[in-house]
Amino acid sequence: MTDAVIAYPGHAEPAAFTQAELDWLPWLEPLPSAELTERHWAGLVDASRAKSPYFMLLARDPDILGARTKTDKDIFYNTRGGLPRAERELAAAAASRFNGCIYCASVHARFATQFSKRGADVQRLLDEGVGADLDARWNAIVAASVALSETPVAFGPAHVQRLRAVGLDDLQIADLIHSAAFFNWANRLMLSLGTPAAQG
Amino acid sequence: MTAAPADAIDRLVGANFDAIRAERPQARDNAQASFVALFHPDDAGDFPVADRHAVAVFVAALHGQPAIAAFYAEALPEAWPSLLAAEAERGATHGPYGTFPAGPLSREDKAGKNYRVDATNRAVLGGRLAAALEHAHFLVLHPRDAAPERLQALLDAGWTTTGIVTLSQLVAFLSFQIRVVAGLRALAAAREATP
Repeated sequence: MTDAVIAYPGHAEPAAFTQAELDWLPWLEPLPSAELTERHWAGLVDASRAKSPYFMLLARDPDILGARTKTDKDIFYNTRGGLPRAERELAAAAASRFNGCIYCASVHARFATQFSKRGADVQRLLDEGVGADLDARWNAIVAASVALSETPVAFGPAHVQRLRAVGLDDLQIADLIHSAAFFNWANRLMLSLGTPAAQG
Repeated sequence: MTAAPADAIDRLVGANFDAIRAERPQARDNAQASFVALFHPDDAGDFPVADRHAVAVFVAALHGQPAIAAFYAEALPEAWPSLLAAEAERGATHGPYGTFPAGPLSREDKAGKNYRVDATNRAVLGGRLAAALEHAHFLVLHPRDAAPERLQALLDAGWTTTGIVTLSQLVAFLSFQIRVVAGLRALAAAREATP
């Protein structure tokens, strides 16, 4: 039956933040691949995403999925100028750590480590939380991502000044705003529509 | 099809970020395409456009953003904006809060409101929309309290799986859009203070 919640008896979700690869189990039934139309393929953007239960669940509304994915890709992958990729990923990981999305944090902490080569600092963000003392520039980026993730939003001109003081220009600050804001979108989908699982 | 609506983020920010936004043209175009897909869909399915705007008014008000709430209230039946404002006031609190899986993160657990729509207003809004507002409150303020029971509550109120996907995208998208707007407004304010 399509309109039913999927149960995973005995499933134990990961209880700590990690940079290890996790799986994700949907609580609602993804679109069966036999039902994919041209519009669904367009919404998936990359055909390989048809293997992901997360994207196949979101493919039930293909138009918003396609626009979401293209927004995501430009915010993170368009590195023509602006904030270095490592720090966009740091913003994503910090927002995910603060909101409590263990799955999203695992993916973007890995990317932050890959692009920054500062795996120990990234791990301290996961272990100690968003108050971890990393360095002046990363502390300012994490604090800005957290202020943007609060509800009501707490980000204000003082955060902008602090980012400028550690060397960010306005395009870089706009990239940070978009990176943290986007993870407030992604976290809410990953958290609410399924559950992370240890691989293996 | 009516004319394409003007760029929602530009309109809500109210300051000129053309030069910066032109550097990320796909993000700009697809943030707008997301807005159009959710609020001006080709086919609204079983999630009527008025209900989508009602959820948006509530979500914007939970974020303490009256101008964004007013933007989404434009298309609503006359009695709804004040009712939704009253509900958002009942639901207003500071997030994110919630419970982590039991373990080392439990020391970060933070208790908070589990919002329910007022009984009188539930009768006006109907069970489906009331359930949507309750789910939206959870998604906005305490998403780490996620549980399959919350999806079951939507199914019980008459939501389909596809409708739940759209509702989830709508609230999650607004969580993005509102932060981009608030962030760029802060950047504009900082520019005015020290260009």
